[in-house]
Amino acid sequence: MAQFGGACLILALGVCAYGIGASIYGVRTGRPEFSESGRRSVYALAGILTVAFAVLELAFLRNDFSFNTVADTSSATTPTFYKAAAVWSSQEGSLLLWAWLLSLWSTLVLFLTRKRMRDVSSYATAILLGFGGFFIALMVFYANPFATTDPAPAEGVGLDPLLRHPSMMIHPPMLYSGYTLCIVPLAFGMGALLARKVDAEWIKATRRFAMAAWLFLGIGIMLGARWSYSELGWGGYWGWDAVENASLMPWLCATAFIHSLMIQEKRGMLKVWNVSLVLATGTLAIMGTFLVRSGILSSIHAFGGATLGVPFVVLIGVLILSSIYLVSSRREMLRSEHRLDSLLSRESIFLANNLVLVGLCFVIFWGTYFPLISEALTGHEASVGPPWFDRYTVPLALILVLLSGIGPVIAWRRATFANARRNFVIPLSVALSTLVVLLAAGVADGKPLALAMFCCAAFVMGSVGQEYWRGVRVRRAMAGEPAPLALVALVKRNRRRYGGYVVHIGIAVLFVGVAASSSFQHASELSLSPGQSTKVGAYTVRYVRPTAAVTPKYDPVHTGSTLSLGAVLNVSKHGKHVATLTPAEDFYDSGEPAQGSVGHLIGGQPVSQVSMDGGITRDVWSAIAPNIDTPRLKRIVEIGNKTLPIVRPDEGMIAVAVLAREYLKSPPPAEFHLIVSPLVMWIWVGGMIVAGGALIALWPAPSAVRARVGVRARSRRAARGLARA
Amino acid sequence: MSVLAVISTLLLLAVVMAVVSRPLLSARTPDEPRTPERAELEAEREAKYREIRDAELDYRTGKLSHEDYEAVNGALRAEAVVILDQLQEDQAASPPK
Repeated sequence: MAQFGGACLILALGVCAYGIGASIYGVRTGRPEFSESGRRSVYALAGILTVAFAVLELAFLRNDFSFNTVADTSSATTPTFYKAAAVWSSQEGSLLLWAWLLSLWSTLVLFLTRKRMRDVSSYATAILLGFGGFFIALMVFYANPFATTDPAPAEGVGLDPLLRHPSMMIHPPMLYSGYTLCIVPLAFGMGALLARKVDAEWIKATRRFAMAAWLFLGIGIMLGARWSYSELGWGGYWGWDAVENASLMPWLCATAFIHSLMIQEKRGMLKVWNVSLVLATGTLAIMGTFLVRSGILSSIHAFGGATLGVPFVVLIGVLILSSIYLVSSRREMLRSEHRLDSLLSRESIFLANNLVLVGLCFVIFWGTYFPLISEALTGHEASVGPPWFDRYTVPLALILVLLSGIGPVIAWRRATFANARRNFVIPLSVALSTLVVLLAAGVADGKPLALAMFCCAAFVMGSVGQEYWRGVRVRRAMAGEPAPLALVALVKRNRRRYGGYVVHIGIAVLFVGVAASSSFQHASELSLSPGQSTKVGAYTVRYVRPTAAVTPKYDPVHTGSTLSLGAVLNVSKHGKHVATLTPAEDFYDSGEPAQGSVGHLIGGQPVSQVSMDGGITRDVWSAIAPNIDTPRLKRIVEIGNKTLPIVRPDEGMIAVAVLAREYLKSPPPAEFHLIVSPLVMWIWVGGMIVAGGALIALWPAPSAVRARVGVRARSRRAARGLARA
Repeated sequence: MSVLAVISTLLLLAVVMAVVSRPLLSARTPDEPRTPERAELEAEREAKYREIRDAELDYRTGKLSHEDYEAVNGALRAEAVVILDQLQEDQAASPPK
């Protein structure tokens, strides 16, 4: 199987090389059969990589430890659910996932454009195959997922316990789908520049892919935040970590592009800006992969080694230099066809939004790469922390949310101050009412930035609500439909516009959650013994009793831990019971015989099992770090190590059971991390609204063709009438 | 390399070669796509139609005054006529297959 998998990779590399050559030869000599053959190379590549991925996945599911990757990241006791996901937890498997996803998206876009833009798509084919070839070459020469060891080890090391979380099943494929989808517009943008066909057609062909990239990256980022909040045991969802930032930067650039491409589609403006954004988004996607896989910046999320740094730096260097060359050498044909009609227009708001988004991206880029920059300039590695990021990103986020409320109520091309004044009455009233209520309730005392964010979010709600209400009213007047039907028909006929408005609502909701949870959080880190209590905000938390479970393979959350020590916490408010929390810490087999026959069974990296009571107004969050280094508990391990043979883990587990019983009998004080955060749930709700809105905007309109025919006829008649007049 | 792996690889290679070489071996030239100019004009036409619809929606939802709408709509439709005429000329010069 491994030999066949390896042969697939070599075959895939050959197909990439042939496809690149055929596509370029076809477009340069005007021989379409070669371009067509190049395009089919992408289809073939997708087929080969699907087979290769299936071979590797099967090896994981069959516990084939002759595969080094399987032995390093899985084990016979790893639950099947996580074995399937362990493929992309390794360096080699994630490179294969990247190349496979890219081949699938490339196949889809090239199939959809098979009868259009032959020159552009031939160059795009070569570029897509170039990226595919790069990742396949990394696997063939640096990190082969099909490398084997003979004889095969009897057992594998097992999946990193931190990754044994349901969202980790989908977080990496989502992020990688986002990254690889970012490459599609980049390839077509470069193809358009190479073919000197920089009209709106390449944008039209790849717009949905840019939106899909944005959606997948967004879902991946949200899943990562959720994993961080519920698994990492530090109580936060965003820590401005290098790898988190690496996925946020292309998302921000893609957000800017999705807005500004509308200006190019409608007005033939911003061509240089748009193509630069597309190239930057794709380059940032590659840099994101590089950060995770190179290990160049330390991160809690970086699971790669340092071997891939040089090839990635070369690729990024080539991308940046070729992008600069292509844009500067084609600047004449990228001239705008029109100018802004008015500063008070939706185009202007989109431009402002683009500047803020790119500003945010630049700030995050600077902060993320500051350790490398400072080391290059001064020889000392220095880094910046969350307060530095917050200082710059919070004001920019405020402006961004405000603009997302202004944009929907301003017309394209031109708007008059009288109209704008009238359109702002409702959103401003909603924002001011929110301000008055919050001030009167004293909710946001001393937190001006949070207060500003709540008001901006209210402004967005007012503005989008007004847009929906007016749209439905117009629809009802025109078609005489009842309101619910009119709403559905309105959205169906204007999916991009009204889907986009839903996204704006989602962003506003999400930022309300972020502002509230970060500004009004109560946290406490302290040591408690059973029976002791502490206050966290308005809540009283009492450590009722310890818990312990010996859990070989069958722990409550099915992660494959050997021992789980925790606590039962009683949460009350003003004497009333609110919730019972059961945080725990899971201990894993380290697989290190040097730790002894009992010691290795609990010597792996412990992982926190967070327990929380989530609600629409607040989350009560808890994590525990039990102390197993007391003399009594250590003595049990030492005696077990001396008396029990290492080859009998079942006997070792008896000693672990004794340790668990002793822990329950006389529990030592445990360290607790307790947090009460308001409105955290709205971050996840906001994320889901954003995803829903994006799906509405992305979904093809079934009636588009019929509508187009009607509009065409009406437009021609009307247009001719106007021209005659 | 085991016999099974060799056979599987050769089979895959044969399928890949069949898929990739088909346009080179086939007597039929791949379908000629629309001319780049026509494709560009069609993209512009679609964008213009969308702009006309958007302007109408902006007007009906109170974002454009009547005067502004008349001006914007007139300009858009005049631009649409130019595109449609260019498209007609292109179609007359090279009728679609």
